[in-house]
Amino acid sequence: MATKMEITMEPTIHKNNIQDFKVNEVLQKKAPIIEAKEVKVWYDDFMAIKGIDIAIKPNTVTAFIGPSGCGKSTFLRLFNRMNDYIDGYKMEGNIKINGKNINKKKVNVEVLRKEIGMVFQKPNPFPKSIFENIAYGLKIQGIKDKKFIQKRVEKALKQADLWEEVKDNLKKSALALSGGQQQRLCIARTLAVEPSIILMDEPTSALDPISTAKIEDLIFELKKKYTIIIVTHNMQQASRISDYTAFFYIGDLIEYGKTKKIFTNPEKKQTENYITGRFG
Amino acid sequence: MNNIKKNRLKDQLFKFWGICSTLIGLILLTIFIGDILIDGISRIDWGFITDLPSRKAEKSGIYTALMGSIWILILTAFIAIPVGVAAAIYLEEYSKKNWLSGLLEINISNLAGVPSIIYGLLGLEVFVRIMNLRASVLAGSLTLSLLILPIIIVASREAIKAVPSSIKDASYALGASKWQTIWHQILPASGGGILTGVILALSRAVGETAPLIVVGALAYVPFAPQNPMDEFSVLPIQIFNWISRPQHGFIENAAAAIIILLLITFMMNGIAVYFRNKWQQKWK
Repeated sequence: MATKMEITMEPTIHKNNIQDFKVNEVLQKKAPIIEAKEVKVWYDDFMAIKGIDIAIKPNTVTAFIGPSGCGKSTFLRLFNRMNDYIDGYKMEGNIKINGKNINKKKVNVEVLRKEIGMVFQKPNPFPKSIFENIAYGLKIQGIKDKKFIQKRVEKALKQADLWEEVKDNLKKSALALSGGQQQRLCIARTLAVEPSIILMDEPTSALDPISTAKIEDLIFELKKKYTIIIVTHNMQQASRISDYTAFFYIGDLIEYGKTKKIFTNPEKKQTENYITGRFG
Repeated sequence: MNNIKKNRLKDQLFKFWGICSTLIGLILLTIFIGDILIDGISRIDWGFITDLPSRKAEKSGIYTALMGSIWILILTAFIAIPVGVAAAIYLEEYSKKNWLSGLLEINISNLAGVPSIIYGLLGLEVFVRIMNLRASVLAGSLTLSLLILPIIIVASREAIKAVPSSIKDASYALGASKWQTIWHQILPASGGGILTGVILALSRAVGETAPLIVVGALAYVPFAPQNPMDEFSVLPIQIFNWISRPQHGFIENAAAAIIILLLITFMMNGIAVYFRNKWQQKWK
């Protein structure tokens, strides 16, 4: 099994490097899709984010790495305002997505979240059928056209590389799927509403290596159409799939740059220590 | 060594004490039900259920009281369920967690422990006198609704709380509004628990006597209620009335009516258990 894994993953790294080169050429011209300035976050008196600036370019994969509790998940959840429901949460600073400040009062959070999808750490399908899981995002938008929904469901499942496995069982409960399948279902569910950015909060930490490899391949595929930010504790994963890497430490962004540079020649000592496994 | 023996002895003693405690409850209940069955089972026939009350024990039936109980049950459900579930949703999903919501929470739990006669007095003053509903089915239902609201709220909140937050996160992250998340995810997922709480609360309402007596339910009504403003009696009051008569025939009637009342509550509890299991299976 282990050798098979290496075979499937080896070309990914190879492809990644070529792609990286091409994408970066294009990127030099593209404006950032996400721009955060002087972002600070508190939970009651605890300061979770201590003033972070970051700019993320479209059609890239950016990895957020750092030890637990460093604020990377909190920071990620700012982009689709999922922190809003947490008691005692307070935020300062400016986050622009596609040039628009997402924290203005008149911003409709529901519309924002259709634009910015999210995949969570633990696969969290709804206790409904596979079909219903994916159709949900469309139905809540008021879409009733059955043919349209059916097409979108199929497209999303194909994009998430799950169609072949479930096409005969769309009525089956999503909870009957394996963990890896459930996570791909959650990705498909996110894709069905056609966001432009996908936030992934440790999407493979609850999965076995084979399911992980599948999802990594998927992320690589999705990069062509979407901007992806992924929080991960897995250094190899960050180096395999991301174009850019941001290293967080105790609420600060220590270093941010091209993944290759961060992993081969980091500027800060802290980054090097973390990546080489000396702490964290 | 000595210590181990001591512990084993304690263990045995506690086990014995546990068995005794369980048996006491079971035996008493069995004796009670057995006694009632011996007294009343021969009295139950179709006529007993469909006959109107009469001065003669053997001609007397529970029709008016049974209909009164059913009216009360349905009206109470219609009033208490929407209010109780909505309050639970508000407290669990909308209200900010601060000292005020803490105070509300404690008070709702306290209300669940207020003696039912107090609710009767409240109902008498507010519904019967101020709102001028007289001793009607509606006044009785409103009073019982107040009585079971805290139970419904507490049970519904527990059920809503048990919905995993990952499901809510997933719904919000797809762009669902709060209400859509509640309607499409939280309520279906917590429905089994809410329903169980509601049915148990209603089965308590069916057995209540004191608040209805205070509100003015009658011991003798010649006809079953036709609309919410009619006068009414309910099974527990009918039973109470028959038991206080000296003739033996009425004692038999009371026993038979108790069997019917117990059947209703057992059935309701059975339905509650059934729904709970069915919902739990769906979640696995």
